[in-house]
Amino acid sequence: MRGQPLLSTVIHREKMAAAPVMMPYFGQQISSKSDLVPDWTRQEVSTGTTIMAVEYDGGVVIGADSRTTTGAYIANRVTDKLTRIHNKIYCCRSGSAADTQAIAEIVAYQLGFHSIELDEPPLVETAANLFRASCYRYREELTAGILVAGWDKRKGGQVYSVPIGGMLVRQPVSVGGSGSTYIYGFMDANYKPGMNKEQCMELTAAALSLAMERDGSSGGVVRLASISEEGVERRVILGNQLPKFSTH
Amino acid sequence: MEKHCTDSRVKGVSTGTTILAAIFDGGVVIGSDSRASMGGEYVSSKTINKVIQVHDRIFCCMAGSLADAQAVIKAAKFHLSFHSVQMESPPQVIAAASVLKDLCYKNKDELQAGFLTAGWDKKNGPQVYVVSLGGMLISQQVTIGGSGSTYIYGYVDAKYKPNMTKEECLQFATNALALAMGRDNVSGGVAHLVVITEKGVEHVVVPGDKLPKFHDE
Repeated sequence: MRGQPLLSTVIHREKMAAAPVMMPYFGQQISSKSDLVPDWTRQEVSTGTTIMAVEYDGGVVIGADSRTTTGAYIANRVTDKLTRIHNKIYCCRSGSAADTQAIAEIVAYQLGFHSIELDEPPLVETAANLFRASCYRYREELTAGILVAGWDKRKGGQVYSVPIGGMLVRQPVSVGGSGSTYIYGFMDANYKPGMNKEQCMELTAAALSLAMERDGSSGGVVRLASISEEGVERRVILGNQLPKFSTH
Repeated sequence: MEKHCTDSRVKGVSTGTTILAAIFDGGVVIGSDSRASMGGEYVSSKTINKVIQVHDRIFCCMAGSLADAQAVIKAAKFHLSFHSVQMESPPQVIAAASVLKDLCYKNKDELQAGFLTAGWDKKNGPQVYVVSLGGMLISQQVTIGGSGSTYIYGYVDAKYKPNMTKEECLQFATNALALAMGRDNVSGGVAHLVVITEKGVEHVVVPGDKLPKFHDE
């Protein structure tokens, strides 16, 4: 694979960072050493995060929060987790910040080259497969959960999910990251097929706000983007403008 | 990739379950799923009732180790009925919650059990209390617990409104439990709900096939 040199440096660092956190579990423990010292003191830089992508007829809407953490310290509170891979193909990154940045760079390079060879804009499915190839081959070393979303002429708006482990599946709507667990119920209840772009934007903003309220690793601002035949439109919703819900 | 698993081993012990309690105008709804499973691989019971009555108008849901929770509730029932005889009146909901809290706090090194307590009493009307694993006691309008609860935090935050009617609250609780059961593999079965008001107690059981379905089912 062309990107090999870049990846091998990532592998080394990952292994060192991963070791202290992996703990075998033997039966029930009333209290163990890990309870005395909080988990976050042993964490690496992570985009513990909430990301979401929704297909609509004519394009996709993607969204993410903006917090990058090193344990309890917020290393970057205005991160842009919506990364451009090609003109009309973006990815939402969650997991280790280093891993996802490295993979995204490699895939962007591979896709750019492929697009020149084809003399055509690349397919979203191609980008998704490139992500999957890297994430699956190096699954033991990587911690990366990625949503690939974009528009192409052949199949319109598409969302592909490449979670940790390297599976690839296309879904009409997908959420990812540590904050995503809190919004599965909300998403199941509120997503309906056949929504238009504005409805998808509202759903994504609402879902991300709810997750950011509950997940300590998600927060900051909500970054949204919509990708369609016309192009890419980016929006930012600041903290005080986020939709509010009656808190009790 | 254990560090990114959200299963109970990494989060801390929480029973494979979903429990919920919510206050509405004039009463309170408390409910749970009905699945008991062993390690997420085998469902040992499809119809277990996790909503336990501790007094006429006070019910509890347990979270954490089932064995610990059952032992604590047995002791609490005794203390509560004794207290009620001494006071010559039905116990307050906060009394039930405090009894549970005392047991959990004083034995915190040996126990891994948390509770939702919901009920109605004459002095303060409908109330919901949460006793967490270490023995903290707080009062809330709506609360969820168990492994399946993580999936419905967003839904509950968005959908719960104070002063709903009984029907709205029942629908809200049923939806929330159905959504959690749809995503959590160790929650499932039927939805057991109990509605407690001044007038009395009403049990509602929603079997699996009558639970609301959502877009991908």
